Amino acid sequence: MRLEPIADPSMARKLGFPALAIAATMAVATLLALVAGADPFATLGQIATGALGSKLAILETLNRATPLIFTGLAVAVAFRAKLWNIGAEAQLYAGAIMAVVLGTGALGSPLVLPISALAAMLAGALVLLGPVLLKTRLGVDEVVTTLLLNFIMLLFVSYLLEGPMKDPMGMGWPKSPALIPEARLPRIVDGLRLHWGFGLALIVAAAVWVIQTRTTLGFEIRAVGQNPEAARFAGMPVNAVLVKTALLSGGLAGLAGWSEVAGLKGNLSLDLSPGFGYSGIIVAMLALLHPLGVVLAALFVAGIFVGSDAMSRAAGVPTYIADMLLATALLFMVLAILMTRVRVVRG
Amino acid sequence: MSDIIDILISASFWAAVIRIASPLILATMGELICERAGVLNLGIEGIMVIGAFTGWMAVYQGMPLWGGVAVAMAAGMLFGLLHSTLTVPFGLSQHVVGLGVTLLATSTASFSYRLMLPEVTSPPKINPFPPLDLPILSDLPFLGEAIFSQTALTWAAFAVAGLVALVLYRTPLGLAVRAAGENPAAVEAQGLSVTGLRMGAVIVGSGLMAVGGAFLTLSAFSSFFFEMVNGRGWICVALVVFGAWKPGKAVLGAILFAAFDALQIRLQQTDLGALLPYQLFLAAPYVLSILALILMSRRAEVPAALMVPYNKGER
Repeated sequence: MRLEPIADPSMARKLGFPALAIAATMAVATLLALVAGADPFATLGQIATGALGSKLAILETLNRATPLIFTGLAVAVAFRAKLWNIGAEAQLYAGAIMAVVLGTGALGSPLVLPISALAAMLAGALVLLGPVLLKTRLGVDEVVTTLLLNFIMLLFVSYLLEGPMKDPMGMGWPKSPALIPEARLPRIVDGLRLHWGFGLALIVAAAVWVIQTRTTLGFEIRAVGQNPEAARFAGMPVNAVLVKTALLSGGLAGLAGWSEVAGLKGNLSLDLSPGFGYSGIIVAMLALLHPLGVVLAALFVAGIFVGSDAMSRAAGVPTYIADMLLATALLFMVLAILMTRVRVVRG
Repeated sequence: MSDIIDILISASFWAAVIRIASPLILATMGELICERAGVLNLGIEGIMVIGAFTGWMAVYQGMPLWGGVAVAMAAGMLFGLLHSTLTVPFGLSQHVVGLGVTLLATSTASFSYRLMLPEVTSPPKINPFPPLDLPILSDLPFLGEAIFSQTALTWAAFAVAGLVALVLYRTPLGLAVRAAGENPAAVEAQGLSVTGLRMGAVIVGSGLMAVGGAFLTLSAFSSFFFEMVNGRGWICVALVVFGAWKPGKAVLGAILFAAFDALQIRLQQTDLGALLPYQLFLAAPYVLSILALILMSRRAEVPAALMVPYNKGER
């Protein structure tokens, strides 16, 4: 077999294949429910109601989507330039550390929130700067270095929480002291458990969209991603663009950790992120690397996670079904997107 | 300093080095085969997890140990088939597909474990591969404990490395696989199928990665834990680069790496360990892998067509 590009794909093709990918993912979900000995329709229904069925469920989904929007944007920005940042998890924790360092009394109101946010972005950016300089200066592949940094960062956080950043009142639990009230993100509406991190995530998504479509940097990022040799030939400073992309990407991931600490948790612990950095890759890919699509994809991914937790408590299908479905959706979707552009021919 | 010397001259240290190196050698050989054929396989981390799980579960359900190894290999090959179908004939991004396969394989293992053992709180144990008692050799002073008291799966790991080197460099098949990663158009001109060679390499390589994972549950430990692979797959990707895509150098890299790992575990028990935070020692393998990549960056001979999809008729 061989692939042949289609010059002018029909609308049916453009919509049909993604729809097929969704249907195939649903089929896998059905199969997994059957394997687990549960009623498939009830299981899917419980995932949906668990994610959207009540005010509480919706707020939980929005809260869960918040860090995913930030990490999804971080990955989307980097992947657009074919900069393979798989280290959003480490960058997230770097941002979270800054939220604690500056938010536990080092700074007073009203400056603490904006300054700690900027510091979180800077910390996240610096964590990615290392691998990117290694890539541009020495040609070291950034995939492995960013991946390995995730493990190193978690050990560093573990050290901080058992040493210099340990909560003296923590009863032996490895966690940081709580942030001062001025360093906490306020709730959007009084009485509703949804913090301004979500609002900020939406604003940042719009800002990234503007950067990508309306600025020189956005143009350069796309050019470098499409063809670095051509970009270099056209006189574009490819390495400088990659460094700028990395600073933006790492900064966005840093905000994810900052928003989780300042908005949701109020302190830092080792379970701050159940893999938001890695899930950000799924979010970005499902969004086709589009910043506004990232918001929708993050809501979808968060809904699957929150809904699966609720379903698992009720129906006893292991909650890991969420990760299986998201991985399946990712693989089917990248294939479907390809099939909107090419056809398979014999020979 | 005398602590370090004491550790380095103990037979148990060298036995541990070889034990720690074994799963790395298996998985590194798997990754190396994929990359020599032109395909980066980032499914490695998840494929090691699925190998560790399926191999262990098969034995837990009553299969013999080698049956468990075979089951793990088959499971790995299945995920290799998935990876290679998407990345070779369809030419999809090897980064995205690889990470997707890792996520799918890891969550499949977690999901199946919870489903099959819903009630357990402490992971059940199996009887793992015992150390082989070789006549005369195992009774040698020092070497007997350091080298000749390993399990059969360790011997298999080193045999596999030899076999991979032999096939890659001494057979027409190996030549074709290497050519698929260097100059696929030339392979096609010879009347060979680049798609077939690459898919075959990824499937076989993924099988080896899974056996590397199974080593953890069937030889090193006797239970399955969710976090047990813990980045070993990514370290193997680094070891392939460190070994300049050559099996012999990659094995040496794995042994060197295992020596540092065994050393850091033992140093934690010394005065130095009391002085420094234990996280520093645990981070050493990852830091070391990054340093290895930096060290080799200038001289690595990357297969020319690595990560370049091949579509027949397109030049």
